[in-house]
Amino acid sequence: MFKVLWFEVGRYWIFMKGLLIKPEKLVVYYRQVMLELVSIGIGAMGIVAITSIFMGAIITIQSAYNLVNPLVPLYAVGIVARDSIILEFSPTIILLVLAGKVGSSIASEIGTMRVTEQIDALEIMGINSSGYLTLPKIVAAIIVLPFVVLLSMFMGIVGGWAAGALSGVVPSADFIKGVQDQFVPFNITFAMIKTVVFAFIVTSVSSYHGYYTEGGALEVGQSSTKAVVYSSVVILIFDYILTQLILV
Amino acid sequence: MIEVKNISKGFKGKLVLDNISCVFEKGKTNLIIGASGSGKTVLMKCVVGLFEVDKGAVYFDGRNFSEMDFKERKPIRQEIGMVFQGGALFDSLSVEKNVMFPLNMFTTQTYKEKLDRVNFCLQRVNLVNVNKLYPSEISGGMKKRVAIARAIAMNPQYLFCDEPNSGLDPQTSIVIDNLIKELTEEYNMTTIINTHDMNSVIEMGDHIVFIYKGKKFWEGSYEELRDTDNKEVNDFVFATKIMKAVKANG
Repeated sequence: MFKVLWFEVGRYWIFMKGLLIKPEKLVVYYRQVMLELVSIGIGAMGIVAITSIFMGAIITIQSAYNLVNPLVPLYAVGIVARDSIILEFSPTIILLVLAGKVGSSIASEIGTMRVTEQIDALEIMGINSSGYLTLPKIVAAIIVLPFVVLLSMFMGIVGGWAAGALSGVVPSADFIKGVQDQFVPFNITFAMIKTVVFAFIVTSVSSYHGYYTEGGALEVGQSSTKAVVYSSVVILIFDYILTQLILV
Repeated sequence: MIEVKNISKGFKGKLVLDNISCVFEKGKTNLIIGASGSGKTVLMKCVVGLFEVDKGAVYFDGRNFSEMDFKERKPIRQEIGMVFQGGALFDSLSVEKNVMFPLNMFTTQTYKEKLDRVNFCLQRVNLVNVNKLYPSEISGGMKKRVAIARAIAMNPQYLFCDEPNSGLDPQTSIVIDNLIKELTEEYNMTTIINTHDMNSVIEMGDHIVFIYKGKKFWEGSYEELRDTDNKEVNDFVFATKIMKAVKANG
């Protein structure tokens, strides 16, 4: 078990070393980054918006359900919803969702390239295949996912406000007051730091699993599953580490 | 010229290539033949550097390729073109972009110059009006031809073809075989072809290396192959009725 883990960790770092090799032609990498920005960012907007609206609504209703003490003002629901969304839901849960969407897509794309010898074709041409395939994805994810997470925060809070107002659990004015009350701007910075780290994890771990796919279609599917599982576990570990280091 | 000197390669303790030495000459179509699992694909991958050899060395015109690191191999790699068994075309790129890919990566040509070169290479493999199509929209034979066009885009000194006519009908196979032979002579390339198609051996075998159970078992020209009395070679080459008739009729 530990032998396998060490093997995977060691091979991951060897794979990541490939990213440090100077790109063959920067303009080609730049074009790839632009394509990945669209693929990772725009492609994720739909699922992020839907998930955020409903999660925001659920957080608000559940918070209201639990805060029934008459000593607790109703606007506290807005505070709880806002902080839950900014600190944890948007940077962590959304990135876990994206590990499923973007991560599996990256692993299966690179895995298919491996089993159909497209990666060998790159190597034969003298191209650093790990860098060419992975670096643009990592750079694009680090650039675009903070914006996606900001959108998620906005949609989550809107979803919470709408659910509270429509169900009558939290009046609109109370929710808006709660959202504005005791706001700590550093929480956004913290969320962005987490997003950048998690974006790196999702893209690099998924690329790694795709790159080392061996076999055929079945193994591509297995790599895709592994990419999602490993990315999610590593995200949760780093979520704890970052929270401990930065917030405590 | 490519020289292979005493190379051995194993996987998980199992020896796949055992002390193989041979010379692949310039301007000739050199064929590696052998049964499935005999080690011919591993031999080709060792020669092009996709697998590192355990022992021995590969020389490209006197340059020891096996001892070089990734950076040192780059200039030689740009002299290599390779046609993979399945074509290995990039699915996300059109035919034109596939052929243009090595030009984009390694040249400073203008777009027009690159496009001219792409069109020249596609015309050379008898493909017209396919520039904007994607690999999923063309036939197997066309994919092989696009792969050849991509392989020759950079004017390679060395051309490697891994089973170039597998999965193709006999007529298309002959077209591909003839095309490879013509290009080899036209550009004076060192061409190495991995095949177990005996039609290809007849069509274009200038120099043939027979691999049997990981060892070089036999080497020679097509005429020598036809007349050899080596049992393993005869069992493999003349296994079909057609080939038996070829041997009988000389």
